[in-house]
Amino acid sequence: MTTAAVTTLPARRSQVTDNYLTQDRRLRSWLFTLDHKRIGVLYLATSLLAMLIGGLLAMVIRTQLLVPQGLIFHGHGNAAAYAAYKHYNQIFTLHGIIMVFMVLIPIIPGALGNFVLPLMLGAKDVAFPRLNLMSFWLYVGGAVLAIASTVAGAVDTGWTFYTPFSIHTETYVVVMLLGIFLIGFSSIFTGLNFIVTIHKLRPPGMTWFRMPLFLWGIYATSIIQVAATPVVGVTLVLLCLERIMGIGIFNPALGGNPVLFQDFFWFYSHPAVYIMILPAMGIISEIVPVFSRKHIFGYSFIAMSSLAIALIGFLVWGHHMFVNGQSAELDAIFSFLTFLVAVPSAVKVFNWLATMYKGAIVLDTPMLYALSFLILFTIGGLTGVILGALATNVVLHDTYFVVGHFHLVMMGGTIIGFIGGLHYWWPKMFGRMYNETLARIACVLLFFGIAITFVPQLIVGAEGMPRRYAHYLPMYQPYMVASSIGAYLQLAAFILMTGYLVHSLVRGRKAPMNPWGGGSLEWTTASPPPHDNFAHPPVIGENYDPYDYRHLAYDPKIGGYVPTGIGDTCGAGKYS
Amino acid sequence: MTETVSIGKQHDLAQRHLAHHFDTPQQQFDAGKLGMWLFLSTELLLFSGLFCAYAVYRALHPEIFRYAGQYLDMPSGLANTLILLTSGLTMALAVRFAQLGRRIGLVVCLFLTICGGLGFLGLHGYEYFTNYREKLLWGLNYNPSHGPHGQAIAPIRSLTPLTVRSLPGGVGGWASLKALGRQGFIVSHSAIAPAASGPPGIAAGQRHTVRLAPYAQPANVQLFFSIYYLMTGLHSLHVLIGVILMTWLLFRAWRGDFSPRYYTPVDLIGLYWGIVDMIWMFLFPLLYLLH
Repeated sequence: MTTAAVTTLPARRSQVTDNYLTQDRRLRSWLFTLDHKRIGVLYLATSLLAMLIGGLLAMVIRTQLLVPQGLIFHGHGNAAAYAAYKHYNQIFTLHGIIMVFMVLIPIIPGALGNFVLPLMLGAKDVAFPRLNLMSFWLYVGGAVLAIASTVAGAVDTGWTFYTPFSIHTETYVVVMLLGIFLIGFSSIFTGLNFIVTIHKLRPPGMTWFRMPLFLWGIYATSIIQVAATPVVGVTLVLLCLERIMGIGIFNPALGGNPVLFQDFFWFYSHPAVYIMILPAMGIISEIVPVFSRKHIFGYSFIAMSSLAIALIGFLVWGHHMFVNGQSAELDAIFSFLTFLVAVPSAVKVFNWLATMYKGAIVLDTPMLYALSFLILFTIGGLTGVILGALATNVVLHDTYFVVGHFHLVMMGGTIIGFIGGLHYWWPKMFGRMYNETLARIACVLLFFGIAITFVPQLIVGAEGMPRRYAHYLPMYQPYMVASSIGAYLQLAAFILMTGYLVHSLVRGRKAPMNPWGGGSLEWTTASPPPHDNFAHPPVIGENYDPYDYRHLAYDPKIGGYVPTGIGDTCGAGKYS
Repeated sequence: MTETVSIGKQHDLAQRHLAHHFDTPQQQFDAGKLGMWLFLSTELLLFSGLFCAYAVYRALHPEIFRYAGQYLDMPSGLANTLILLTSGLTMALAVRFAQLGRRIGLVVCLFLTICGGLGFLGLHGYEYFTNYREKLLWGLNYNPSHGPHGQAIAPIRSLTPLTVRSLPGGVGGWASLKALGRQGFIVSHSAIAPAASGPPGIAAGQRHTVRLAPYAQPANVQLFFSIYYLMTGLHSLHVLIGVILMTWLLFRAWRGDFSPRYYTPVDLIGLYWGIVDMIWMFLFPLLYLLH
């Protein structure tokens, strides 16, 4: 698709009826699209598919752990048990790899970021549309390669690939690593694209501190993607060469140092959890003020805390190695820096609370997700502080406490944030409203599902159950059964969600331009937006403020908000 | 030499390359440049893992680096350094010629830069080949023949710890070398004439530069060679990519695609080549000089 074709298309077709979804319906125009909105939708579809696979694997894990000896994989005698439990190792490894590399990392920047970033900025597209498309296909290629390796011989190392076991295992580690390497490049290019877009494509008047906070979250995320992913890239290449050529860098049998692998791996993979959580925090920063009908509290503090988390996040990787023979001095430093991350995170949480304080809170679905985020993420985050403390870490290291903490932060933070954002922008993306009642039911189900799944894991972890075990002592069974029930509740919530979202695409009420009364620029264009995003380039006036809602009033006739013309902060022409 | 392009044509060229989502060619150029700088920072980070591995193993096992480094071909590394420095100059000139709209100058400079890149690869390939012949390889494959003192039998190329000139020759000369050996020095086989020419030793009266390796082979020398091949291999891959990109530039420059209003690809690939040069400027001393 040439640039010329892109620019002439809207001219040929009517701008009133055509939007980015309908302007060209051929399959080719989707697969090779350079439109950031379509690429966002492609990312959404693929990462949701990956989430489905990863989620079903999680269901297998939770079903296995219903009984102490294992419900699915078990065997009589050592050899049979070993063979059966190896399958369990493969299942949780695959669950981890899919969820981390194919869902949590790309889903918010790839799907929602791609879709709304240029819209919020008032730009026509991201800086490098071709690179954006390549990024998507690298992601698909990497995912296919990784899943193909599973068919050939599923990796059983855990998603962390610790050496020397990952050097010696018979499974297809190299293919899996190459797949992740490609996904890593996709992540780098997405981050690079977003940074350049935010730096260079801001229209006149859109200053740094007039940007919606989601963009600050995406910006901080992109910095991590660009600065940390190459390191895991070279690490994975080294591990591949270790297996193919026997270079010995990480192989103690050849004089190498396996702890160096852990250092390299966590140098990326710890910042990677901030790649996952920062954009979710950005989404919460959008939802909370809109549904509290109140200006965001402490804008610059939230913006800067995103950057602070990104930067401090680079300096805490050693807290994964407190019991690996790291020196006591390093332990103390890493522990201190880990505590430090809690400060900007708490700054955000308190600012969201202060935004809600005395606000006119509307409990629509996105807001319910934001509230779930606040509760679950705070529990998850505080258990992270417990793990960051040296004395408690020694006890809790590699127990289910770590699993519970991580999943509370990731499911209760990233995924809840993502789903909240999906519900928030769904009318904009597809131009349809979903069934609000069902959506609220699904949200409550998901909230309780997550809490019931992962809080018992914190308890069994504290009681000493190690992570990654295919079987366990009978004393842990009540907690494990509770955890499994929670997982099934989550499954039910997701099935319900799929139902009403798909239904909304077909039968949903047509969405108005601004269903929630948001003040950022994406709400000033049609739902769904036209190919070039805005019928007229948005004019960003001197007093533009994405968190000022005073000029918007609810119009029951169209079921959305319209500008009243009083105190219009965006300058004339914004809604013309 | 100079080809002037009419202003109107230049303007057309710049507009033709302007993508729909940019307002001005300048904005597009700036975006491209920022993108390239970010990409180059990821390149540095890609290498940083290897530099980090180098630093860690050097700190843990200095003896490995002291011993193994002397088997690298320092003169060839130096020659490659000079070649890359020169190609950096020609690339910078190419960017300048592109900015000035001097097509022939641009074509010549790009050609010279490509020659530099190919020369580098050739020389480096030869170095790999000799190492391969002597089995000075990475990790598992490190398997050179060993002398009586356990030292690797391969020419010592980079280090001259002790130069003995005009040895008295014959048995006496050999004996003195053996005495040195007893003091803990190891005689490299480059000092020894081929067995066919008589007893191991040096013909009387001849001027010889005898190079001695002062250290016995420590454990895990293969680690050095792993790091050496990884760092130089990744770098050579980047040189190769650079050569391919510049061939494409050469073709486009020949066709007359570039003008003072549109020379973004030359500028960006010039930046890339600068980083490739710069990484070698760190690799050369770390691997070849610093023992």
